[in-house]
Amino acid sequence: MTWSPILLDVIRAVLIFAAVMTLVPFLVLAERRISAWIQNRVGPNRVGPMGTLQPLADVIKLVFKEEIVPARADRVLYSLGPLLSFAPAAIAFAAIPVGRGLQVVDMSVGVLFVITATSLAVYGISFGGWASNNKFSLLGGLRSSAQIISYEIAMGLALISVIMTTGSVSLSQISEGQTSFLCWNIFRQPIAFVIFFTAAFAENNRLPFDLPECESELVGGYHTEYSGMKFGMYFLAEYVAMIVMSAMVVTLFLGAWSPGFALPEGLLGTVISVGVFSFKLFAVLFFYIWVRWTLPRFRYDQLMHLGWKSLVPLAMANIVVTGIVVTIWDAVQ
Amino acid sequence: MPDIKTEEMLLNMGPQHPSTHGVFRVVIRTDGEMVLESESHIGYLHRCFEKVAENNTYIQVVPYTDRMDYLCAMANNLGYAQTVEKLMKLEVPERAQYIRVIVTELNRIASHLLAFGTYGMDIGAITPFLYAFRDREMILKIFEKLCGQRLNYSYVRVGGVTFDITEEILADIQRFCDYFEPDTIKEYNELLSYNGIFISRTAKVGVLPADLALSYGVTGPSLRGSGVKRDLRKDEPYSIYDRFEFDIPVGTGEMGALGDCWDRYMVRVLEMTESVKIIRQALADIPAGDFCDKKAFRGVKPPKGEVYHKIEGARGEVGFYIVSDGTTKPYRVKARGPSFCNISVLDALTSRGDCMVADMVAIIGSLDIVMGEVDR
Repeated sequence: MTWSPILLDVIRAVLIFAAVMTLVPFLVLAERRISAWIQNRVGPNRVGPMGTLQPLADVIKLVFKEEIVPARADRVLYSLGPLLSFAPAAIAFAAIPVGRGLQVVDMSVGVLFVITATSLAVYGISFGGWASNNKFSLLGGLRSSAQIISYEIAMGLALISVIMTTGSVSLSQISEGQTSFLCWNIFRQPIAFVIFFTAAFAENNRLPFDLPECESELVGGYHTEYSGMKFGMYFLAEYVAMIVMSAMVVTLFLGAWSPGFALPEGLLGTVISVGVFSFKLFAVLFFYIWVRWTLPRFRYDQLMHLGWKSLVPLAMANIVVTGIVVTIWDAVQ
Repeated sequence: MPDIKTEEMLLNMGPQHPSTHGVFRVVIRTDGEMVLESESHIGYLHRCFEKVAENNTYIQVVPYTDRMDYLCAMANNLGYAQTVEKLMKLEVPERAQYIRVIVTELNRIASHLLAFGTYGMDIGAITPFLYAFRDREMILKIFEKLCGQRLNYSYVRVGGVTFDITEEILADIQRFCDYFEPDTIKEYNELLSYNGIFISRTAKVGVLPADLALSYGVTGPSLRGSGVKRDLRKDEPYSIYDRFEFDIPVGTGEMGALGDCWDRYMVRVLEMTESVKIIRQALADIPAGDFCDKKAFRGVKPPKGEVYHKIEGARGEVGFYIVSDGTTKPYRVKARGPSFCNISVLDALTSRGDCMVADMVAIIGSLDIVMGEVDR
């Protein structure tokens, strides 16, 4: 039957999208519970057993909030901002293999696709910051564009060395290449891992790089003026982007869905691979949350210094070294 | 190609802003992220303390002093009470003197804890704030047991203190000291003081040279951060401070520049240790006896005259100038709030052209102001 591959694609797309969207509320809850745990607090524990229904209550609250558009704001861009911020992050997940052979589209240029898609999110943030007609938002939007562009370069350069080692830009092939424990890219490319992970924090506007929102000086940064579900969209986008970046870290460096040894063939292996992937994903996300509630925030110029003066040169040096090693390796074999 | 024009932007920080520590407004002229000039506006919390004081009896003024520096109300109470006592030449019972020292130092710790926590928050670290509040809560609980209040105590009064301190409370204070020093302070240092990002955000930022600080009348930890060893507890000992052994921590320029935000911050952290030292000595020596002069509690009627007296509060020198016309109400009360003088130096610090928008927050936080005292 000719329609079955399409149907399968649709099912996969819906399944993975639904899984990611379900993950977000629980990630928010996890963030609040873990931060409470780090800070000697109790955290939300009233709504539902152990506070598990708290995200639901939050969403209901957000939906029913009044949406305010500030005077003299650019109405079109103001509404477009949250959407532009959310959509790319959600699209990016399509190319990531969440288990053995389980991804929406197996693109030959998966790495590039994800990077391109996530970098589009900057438009949402800068539009939102500019359209709000608020000086704090404007500063937040400006910071965001500068920050994301700078760190994307470092991130891209770190990726090049990974691609050189793995010899592929397809995410499924990169995953396949890391089935045995020692082949994980974190061991083959430790420097690229550090650069990529740092840049991922900046790309997601998470502490210590959360300058675009920067509660203490810019009030709320680009989303100062947003309320209701528009704010909810930004919120959602931030967490989806975080999940995407964590998934990228897992796929590129932490052995993707592989537990470190060969998996059994068939359905059982696939199920295990999904479990392993989720476990790693949660571990990375936990790290994200842990860092956020521990570190202070960089200043704008320090952020730029770190990006341009440390990460970019380091990534370039890493490329050179990788190039030499790969050439010698190929010559030896 | 036409020239690209850049414009300066006026940014209005406050009066409602998360990092101005109250209703404080700064208008800053910015060029992108750089602050070119700043202009402070105060007065949003003015409550006419001085005029109100003229229409109340000496004892009724005490609660108003609470609300000046509401984070270190004990020191304000003490400053006012001692001024009136000086006017009356009233001797306070020995036990009351010790209780006053203990509560003032405890309150100083509570105040510095809040400064520490909110400063971390200004820099972007949220967790130290909660840690500081956890420990500040212990002090507030002690105060609650002592006088039923958590913030505006009105505990130190003309002639002594309102209630006697019980053995149970003394044990609580002892337990707090043992818990707090050195372990908890060490934890703070590990979490925030020596964090690389924190240092890079605060070192060499908002450098306040000693001569500038003195010319603006900056006092307290903000002045000591610039390396000036001036503390009224040592320089002009009041109450019974000359009986205790403690050091005056000053800024060392350890992180690059003398008088930067980090120095001011660190002086507060170190002062907490010194306060614990004083409390421990006071707990060991506290004598039995009266906790107040009963006669003074019934009513105060100082002789004609005028007097000025100052003490070291958590933010600097708290001074009161009182003119008496021999009635039960003061003829004139003038309060010197340290926050008011400390905040006056802000514009000088931020208008030098080397300050970024984010530094603005770091500098305001490092001066540790309480708006209730700035506006009075």
